[in-house]
Amino acid sequence: MFWETFRLALLSIRRNVMRSFLTLLGIVIGVAAVIAMITIGSGTTERVKGDIAKLGSNLLVVRAARPDRSGTSSFTPKRLDEKDLAGLTNGLDNANAVSAASSQQVRVVYAAQNTAAEVTGTDTEYFIARDWDVPVGREFTDSEVRGGAPVCVIGETIRSLFFGAGDPTGQSIRVGKVSCKVIGVLESKGFSGFGQDQDNVVMMPLSAFQRRIAGDRDIDSIYVAALDGVATSEVQADIEQILRETRRIAPDGEDNFDVRDMTQIADAMASATTTMTGMLGAVAAVSLLVGGIGIMNIMLVSVTERTREIGIRLAIGAHERHILVQFLVEATVLSLIGGLIGIALGLALAGIASATLAIPFAPSLAVIALAVGFSAAIGMVFGFFPALRGARLDPIEALRHE
Amino acid sequence: MVKPLITFDKVWKTYGEGEARVNALAGVDFSIAEGEFVAIMGPSGSGKSTSMNIIGCLDTPTSGRYGFQGVDAGKLDRNSRAVLRNLYIGFVFQGYNLLPRTTAAENVELPLIYRGVPAAERRKRALTALAEVGLADRADHTPAELSGGQQQRVAIARAIVTRPALLVADEPTGNLDTKRSHEIMELLTGLNQDHGLTVAMVTHEADVAAYARRTIAFLDGRVESDTRALEIA
Repeated sequence: MFWETFRLALLSIRRNVMRSFLTLLGIVIGVAAVIAMITIGSGTTERVKGDIAKLGSNLLVVRAARPDRSGTSSFTPKRLDEKDLAGLTNGLDNANAVSAASSQQVRVVYAAQNTAAEVTGTDTEYFIARDWDVPVGREFTDSEVRGGAPVCVIGETIRSLFFGAGDPTGQSIRVGKVSCKVIGVLESKGFSGFGQDQDNVVMMPLSAFQRRIAGDRDIDSIYVAALDGVATSEVQADIEQILRETRRIAPDGEDNFDVRDMTQIADAMASATTTMTGMLGAVAAVSLLVGGIGIMNIMLVSVTERTREIGIRLAIGAHERHILVQFLVEATVLSLIGGLIGIALGLALAGIASATLAIPFAPSLAVIALAVGFSAAIGMVFGFFPALRGARLDPIEALRHE
Repeated sequence: MVKPLITFDKVWKTYGEGEARVNALAGVDFSIAEGEFVAIMGPSGSGKSTSMNIIGCLDTPTSGRYGFQGVDAGKLDRNSRAVLRNLYIGFVFQGYNLLPRTTAAENVELPLIYRGVPAAERRKRALTALAEVGLADRADHTPAELSGGQQQRVAIARAIVTRPALLVADEPTGNLDTKRSHEIMELLTGLNQDHGLTVAMVTHEADVAAYARRTIAFLDGRVESDTRALEIA
């Protein structure tokens, strides 16, 4: 009996292929949008997590605390400086590397080419802390860092833009107003989860950056890599203690700096992308609702169109229940077909997106199962009223219907 | 004396309220015994269609008793009447009322589906019924591929596939030419005589009514006359 009803539903859908397809479109688009959004979204989350994990789970970042806009913060703002750096470099015995860095967007010029790049002034420890290799040429030396020599290590994007296939080492490029000798090329990191080109960078000694580009002696961030096997929380406590001393914070005073480890940052960013994904998914779900109303509409038309058929069925002994189930199954099958097409389309879109954006393709079985269930439920819910209307028809009236 | 299959006992059927109140049936009494072939005649508005609907358990009397096989069918609810129709009554309509784009055999199988008969058994019985109406070779044709007379035969096969106690025919020849009408009437007469199938048929054509052995004529919601043809020994 059920198989019979199912076959009947397929038959009736096939009889009106064009109309069925148009009806399905709402569900198809809705499901495809939800699936694509969530799949791309969770791919992005994975990518962000992966990027940050690559930075090293043993990495801590120290920044000066920014005063609250409402003015309620009770600490005295103070930038990081070389005293803080020296304090950490000398005071931390469980750190693998301590590195200071400052960055700015600066115009970089070579011959007729020019581009805006993220220019970072830093020291030799940076390459250890960030676990970043220089496969072509060399890193800067301690003496270059101390002397603020005009040398730089460039990212892959800059290299290919300026030098194409040629060897960049030994060439001079202009960074802002400073002429700077290229001594090495950084290992390529590609795009970050936020679509930022991590290879569009130039590294130079911190003192050179401060003197010739920033024009101050500030340090934006201090990176601390914990020794293997040491908990970051332990290192974090040490950093806080040392900085409170170097920055002369009273015992009851509030910290005027922030220490974060990368897992905290990763979690914060992942939760931000997850929230975003959820919101986009919710917007897409609204279109599913619209699709459901489309199903209801077409089922009402179908019931009216087939009034005579309902009359015949009732006359030869169909119960109300039989008619109800027949139209309910039809609506559900219709909506389910839409759901399946939508899933395929959504996954295809997500696949294309992850290929172009270079994010992992992360289809979730749970989301797919949910989409199948949801589209079936939409068919049932929105098909119920038309089906009930069909089932309640008076057989005499229905048979008389032209 | 053959026992009555259906009985009308002071049956009234009223439509509308107040001023617009119309008595479609105004106290109708008659009964039809098993094995009878009855023609029901009368002008439009005489109550013949209303009584056909009650006989076919599609409708219920406003008052009075409609007995079907001794059961007060007028008091049954929708679904119980659906069961009654499915088990004991076959319908043949003026407009054939076959499902479009559905083969003859599938149309004939339809009442068996609602009985829960398994597919293979359904197909077998449908083919038997089609053979009885002379359409064994048209089983897989859709109504659009059949002539009017053939479509009505399929409808008759659908009505008899359940081996009903009663065949209700509403103007079965209304859409057919004289030659086809007579073929259909021969078929119905044959079913009545050979299988003892009780037939109740509404018609307004005297020559069609002549096939029946009894004619009940309605006028203004009442039975005007009830005449039996002489048995030819």
